[in-house]
Amino acid sequence: MKVSITNRKRSEFKEELLPRIKEIKFSFNRFKKSPLSLMGLTLIIFFLGIAIFAPQLAPPKYPHNPYRIPRDGYSAIPRPPSPEHPFGTTEGQYDIYYGVIWGTRTAFRVGLTVVGSILVIGIILGSISGYYGGVVDEVIMRIVDTFMSLPTLVLAMALVSALGRSLDNVMKALIIVGWPSYARLVRGDILSVREEDYVEAARAVGCSNLRIIFRHVLPNAIYPLLIMASLDIGAMVLTAAALSFLGLGAPVGYADWGQMTSFARNWIVGPPDNPLAYWYTITIPGLFILFFVLGWNLLGDAFRDILDPRLRRR
Amino acid sequence: MRELLKVQNLKTNFYTYEGIVRALDGIDLDVKEGKTLGIVGETGCGKSVTALSILRLILPPGKIESGKVLFWYKGELSVDLLSKDEVFLRRVRGNEISMIFQEASSALNPVYSVGEQISESFLLHQKRELYKAIIEEIEKNMREDNFFLKNFVYRFHKRIYKKMLENSKSLRIRFISLLPLINRYKVWLKKEVSRRVVDILTKLGVPDPQRIMERYPHELSGGMQQRIVIAIALACNPRLLIADEPTSNLDVTIQAQILDLIRRLKENLGLSILFITHDLGVVAELCDYVAVMYAGNICELAEVRKIFKNPSHPYTKALMNSVPTLEEKKLESIRGNVPNLISPPEGCRFHPRCDYATEICARVKPDMVEVEDNHWVSCHNFLRG
Amino acid sequence: MDTLLEVKGLRKYYPILGGVLRKKIGEVKAVDGVDLKVRKNECFGLVGESGCGKTTLAKVILRLLEITSGSIYFDIPKKVRKKMKEMDSRKFERVKKEYDLSTFKGRRLKDIRRRMQIVFQDPSSSLNPRMLIKDIVAEPIKVHKLMRGRALRDRVEELLSYVGLTRDHLFRYPHEFSGGQRQRVAIARALATNPDFVILDEPTSALDVSVQAQILNLLSNLQDNFNLTYLFITHHLLVVKHISERVGVMYLGKLVEVASTKELFKKSLHPYTRALFSSIPIPDPEIKKKRLILKGEVPSPANPPSGCRFHPRCPYAMKKCREEEPSLINVDDNHYVACHLFDKRG
Repeated sequence: MKVSITNRKRSEFKEELLPRIKEIKFSFNRFKKSPLSLMGLTLIIFFLGIAIFAPQLAPPKYPHNPYRIPRDGYSAIPRPPSPEHPFGTTEGQYDIYYGVIWGTRTAFRVGLTVVGSILVIGIILGSISGYYGGVVDEVIMRIVDTFMSLPTLVLAMALVSALGRSLDNVMKALIIVGWPSYARLVRGDILSVREEDYVEAARAVGCSNLRIIFRHVLPNAIYPLLIMASLDIGAMVLTAAALSFLGLGAPVGYADWGQMTSFARNWIVGPPDNPLAYWYTITIPGLFILFFVLGWNLLGDAFRDILDPRLRRR
Repeated sequence: MRELLKVQNLKTNFYTYEGIVRALDGIDLDVKEGKTLGIVGETGCGKSVTALSILRLILPPGKIESGKVLFWYKGELSVDLLSKDEVFLRRVRGNEISMIFQEASSALNPVYSVGEQISESFLLHQKRELYKAIIEEIEKNMREDNFFLKNFVYRFHKRIYKKMLENSKSLRIRFISLLPLINRYKVWLKKEVSRRVVDILTKLGVPDPQRIMERYPHELSGGMQQRIVIAIALACNPRLLIADEPTSNLDVTIQAQILDLIRRLKENLGLSILFITHDLGVVAELCDYVAVMYAGNICELAEVRKIFKNPSHPYTKALMNSVPTLEEKKLESIRGNVPNLISPPEGCRFHPRCDYATEICARVKPDMVEVEDNHWVSCHNFLRG
Repeated sequence: MDTLLEVKGLRKYYPILGGVLRKKIGEVKAVDGVDLKVRKNECFGLVGESGCGKTTLAKVILRLLEITSGSIYFDIPKKVRKKMKEMDSRKFERVKKEYDLSTFKGRRLKDIRRRMQIVFQDPSSSLNPRMLIKDIVAEPIKVHKLMRGRALRDRVEELLSYVGLTRDHLFRYPHEFSGGQRQRVAIARALATNPDFVILDEPTSALDVSVQAQILNLLSNLQDNFNLTYLFITHHLLVVKHISERVGVMYLGKLVEVASTKELFKKSLHPYTRALFSSIPIPDPEIKKKRLILKGEVPSPANPPSGCRFHPRCPYAMKKCREEEPSLINVDDNHYVACHLFDKRG
């Protein structure tokens, strides 16, 4: 008897899953059709692999603080790739290989934390603003306008300078400059979804406001947001790198791509007789940033193709 | 009676993710000159696809697989629209065959005024007629007004229009058209076009056409928008009008106005109409011939009185019984659902829902049979009497 | 027969905002003083063209839109109703508060929503595209915490079987269904909480004729089986004839004629109703009737004509029609008309 019940449950479970699997299959088929999105996915998986296997790829010298880049001397002049430093060393003899490998972890941390927090803040404030409207909406949107009227990078720089130089503060600053555009996007989507018949139907059924927001409005409004988020992970990493490059990022010696480019600042052009002598100092961290951002952008475009309800079906 | 348009064995498929949708499965029909052919059917039966295929407006993933669309052109039923090139078709569309759509508000461009949109079809298809009319107009003015300077200007304008009549795209004309003051000659064209626009709007019973011309589509009501769409379609005196559910989105009282208008236009202009609708009532009021479509096939084609008096295809009969009428009766519905056209039923596509289906229906697709004069049915066991 | 729903002097005005400060500069009078009685177990048809305020009326009755003024009484016990007639005004106010739906809030509103449901016109937009059918149908039950677990599942299957769907359809998304099937799902959802009163807002006008017949037959079967009361909103007079016992005709936010279906189809009085009748395309080419085609279009409810709202289009308009607004009067055995032509007092 008991067996039959579990069997029944299992078959129900399977049944329940079937339509979702069908949806995923459909999405995957769309995904497979575009080589660019596959390339984006490959890039991100590649970086994810680097981040996961960082301790194996570049065993830390200081196990308690693996993000500190080991130095090989104190000379200011970079040294070209060699067997013990596969990508060479940068200004101050920091190992570029170690820096970019562990910098991948930093990049993921910055990108995911910042965009994740922005998403949460944006969804909450945007939903409140869009669903309830009225005075609340007016207040939130004016705050958003204020933030958006200031140039992103300048505002972020001012905030980091005020808060003090550290990676955490960079992330805080990016969250503060990033949430307004999300709140505005969520609000717009919610305003359009709110007018749909099924939301009206849910109200007629007697659903509470919270249930309507979470069951009916958000699931139908969230997709443009996820698309934007995946595009923004790259953008946020790029901004963080810019701040680091300007000397407002992670502390000196911390494994961070922006920091690596910052070290290379004086060595972009070599001596007049050999202008490309120190190419590795800027090119290698630069390529890592480039491909990381490119990967997320391609993935974001792929999401757009797959998830956009207007492009879906037909 | 002459046939204006003859469609033979038209097949159109749509290549989608789920599979090949066989939207049209060999359509045969003809539109006679000065008559109205109504195509009735339910959503997804292929009536709009038929209209679009005739004008070859099917967009990918859709593709016209085979068939012929013969159109009466220059004295014979000779031109196959499906084999002609795009340039030729562009000349036919809007000029010889016009189309009006269900959604008038989206068929009109919101950023141009109504007058501009109507005049566009004149400028596209009737440039030569326009120029000729303008030259005549100038000549008339010249005769009436003998003042030396003005006469000089008239003569100059006349020369330009004559040039344009020969070659409207010549570089010299283009250059002149850019010069201020000298390009005042364009005023004639503007005047002529707006005169024609007012003309056609008056013909369509639009009150105060001068003012309506200046309006933008969103300022007009649904019924008025549909009139404007009809005006655009009729601007170039087409011989065939394809109307794709032109009244389905309108209220009944407005629908009555528009249907009345179409009926009058047909009588006055001798227009042939291919009228697509799902409403049997509209068909009964407006059409001379009716084609009933089901799942990409025509199942019955007949004169309107014959088909309503004596529906011979089981589907036609079921359709008529499911429509509410003034008489007291129980509505009969057709069991089941419209089939998925990716894997349509074998044989007759209606057989799974048909009360009269026999063993042969599931195997063989029935041919069109003429059961009485001008009454064609495609059914193995058509209903007599 | 008992009255289930009574609407008195119902008004719904939408403000028109304009200017920099978004001040109110006008009002769209979508529903402008409607009195309506719906009896128990009947189907009351509400007919009118687009923009006449019939959908707004439905949404106001369900309190999906805020009411401007007027009252809605739903299922008042007979005793109270009798008493209400002889009450003094203070007592009346108190009782009114008790039973007037337009004053309900929170819990009481939610309770009343269990007993009143709505089916929308377009089933492809009234079902959440990201929910499975079983979740859509189960939602009302979950929201009102009526059942859970096994019982809930059985109930959902039962509901689907009422509307002619099977348990194979449970785990599907709305986009996998045809229009008629979607409307069946929407009907199943409306029946989930065992309501007494269902508003059907053009439930068949987005559907094909053969499917329309299926749905109409299904609706009348359900009405018989579950003792439902319908308010059937449509623009299609012939559909109303097949399903309703009584019909109200609306024009520009007002009821212009109310009568039993038989009476109305036999002898319609109001010129607008007559024009409506003569504009219906009849599926019979043999009938060549003289038609009454109305001039012009429905005026904007933001700026309705003075007097009788129909007078600019009315072929029988008199001087009085321009000046004085006719009221709904009983001309003949529960046949109400708002037209000066039939006002014997004047």
